[in-house]
Amino acid sequence: MRRTGERVPALCDLNFSVETGKFVCVVGTSGCGKTTLLNVIAGLQRPTDGEVLLDGVPIRGSGRDRAMVFQSAALLPWRTVLRNATYGLEIQHYSVRDASRMVRPWIDLVGLNGFEQSYPRELSGGMQQRVNLARALATHPKLLLMDEPFASLDGQMREYMQGEIERIWRQTRQTTLFVTHLIDEAVFLADEIIVMTARPGRTKSVMTVDLPRPRTVEVKKTPAFHVLEDQLRDLVAQEFREMMLFTGNGAPA
Amino acid sequence: MRRFWAEKIVPCRDSLLAITTGLVFIGLWELLPALGVIDPFYVSSPARIVKAGQWLFAHGLWHDIWVSLGEFTLGMLLAIVLGVGVGFLVGWYRTLNVMFEPFITLLNATPRIALLPLIILWMGIGMQSKVAAVFLGAFFPIAITVMKGVHNVDETLLRCSHSFGATDHQVILTLVAPSSVPFLVAGLHIAVGRGLVGMVIGEMMAAQAGVGFMMSRSASLFQTDKVFVGLILLAGFGYFLTEVLKLFEKRIEGWRPL
Repeated sequence: MRRTGERVPALCDLNFSVETGKFVCVVGTSGCGKTTLLNVIAGLQRPTDGEVLLDGVPIRGSGRDRAMVFQSAALLPWRTVLRNATYGLEIQHYSVRDASRMVRPWIDLVGLNGFEQSYPRELSGGMQQRVNLARALATHPKLLLMDEPFASLDGQMREYMQGEIERIWRQTRQTTLFVTHLIDEAVFLADEIIVMTARPGRTKSVMTVDLPRPRTVEVKKTPAFHVLEDQLRDLVAQEFREMMLFTGNGAPA
Repeated sequence: MRRFWAEKIVPCRDSLLAITTGLVFIGLWELLPALGVIDPFYVSSPARIVKAGQWLFAHGLWHDIWVSLGEFTLGMLLAIVLGVGVGFLVGWYRTLNVMFEPFITLLNATPRIALLPLIILWMGIGMQSKVAAVFLGAFFPIAITVMKGVHNVDETLLRCSHSFGATDHQVILTLVAPSSVPFLVAGLHIAVGRGLVGMVIGEMMAAQAGVGFMMSRSASLFQTDKVFVGLILLAGFGYFLTEVLKLFEKRIEGWRPL
């Protein structure tokens, strides 16, 4: 990020850790550097300062111990669902045959059974995101990164996919870092929520969500859910006002 | 019923219309000179062209066809191999791009027919100069479209590839190559046309054999019928190649990024 030749840091003083087997959500207003954060953790972007440790070892560049689920499905249009799902494994030097065998259970898990030979253009947005997810899960990452994966889905489909992610996480206990700007999405999915400040992004606070699992849509109607949701909403709203003041985008509420 | 009409009758009627138009055109072409409305000395007529064709095939037209085909095939193959290679290198490596992109664009904008006298001076009137003419016509569209194809690799797909730890080699094989193919086919469409032009002009300017050579020689002897035979051969060949490319395009239609 450059403004009048001066570097403006996207992130600073951002400290948090993700425990193995936990589902952690990162919530912040738009432009707070959420995507930069994921890029740094994925190794796609080098931090100017600071480090990211994975099992105590600093990460250098991208690696097979992390996998990313992208906001747009990022599927290869010339490959079938099956071959898209095997793509990550193929990059990690598995033969097509081995990879196809290895993704089988993941295809079942994300509910793509019977669509193996379809092409991405034949699938709905939700189905495409399932392929995106299967591709990442199949590589058995230590850490799964998800960058607002439902941003392009409509309301109902988004809610449905949130339920699916919760189910899949329960079955896999895959350590996950999930970035979103939606309050209810974060509360519904997370064990722990990291709230980021407006740019430059810092850790504002860490919230623990102890709602019982399995969680279904019913959870969203409980008072406990609403208490957490309101707490989080207040935290994020503070940051939003701050951002508006800083950028001069109108008067604060 | 409506569906039956749309699926069976309409396509049938459409092709019938197209065929009828062609037949009427050929009929008029035959009839008007026969009635003395237009002079067959200038426009020939289908029957005359068939007769001239028969005579030509019996008197060495095959040789001309083989020479032309050889020139075209060699020139095209060279253009494809070098065009894909250069297009990829200039598209992929930033330094090479900065160095050669303006050069290629400039040469592509130059009417390369203007180089033909020089080429004939350098390579003589044999096949080589025509191979060079085909190559010059076909190389640039291929190189330029492949270069664009390499540039156009989807940014998110690149990020995805890198996030799994892909090496350059893997990125090229799994992303750059497949997503450049539609661009290459588009380039081939243009290249076929330009290559044919190069071949014909080259043969007309200075050659010892070839369909273009036969046409210009016949024209200088006022043998319009024979010129038309050559014209039809060239048109048929160009049409055939375009159809082949269209078939290929259909197969890879789904390859375009979402």
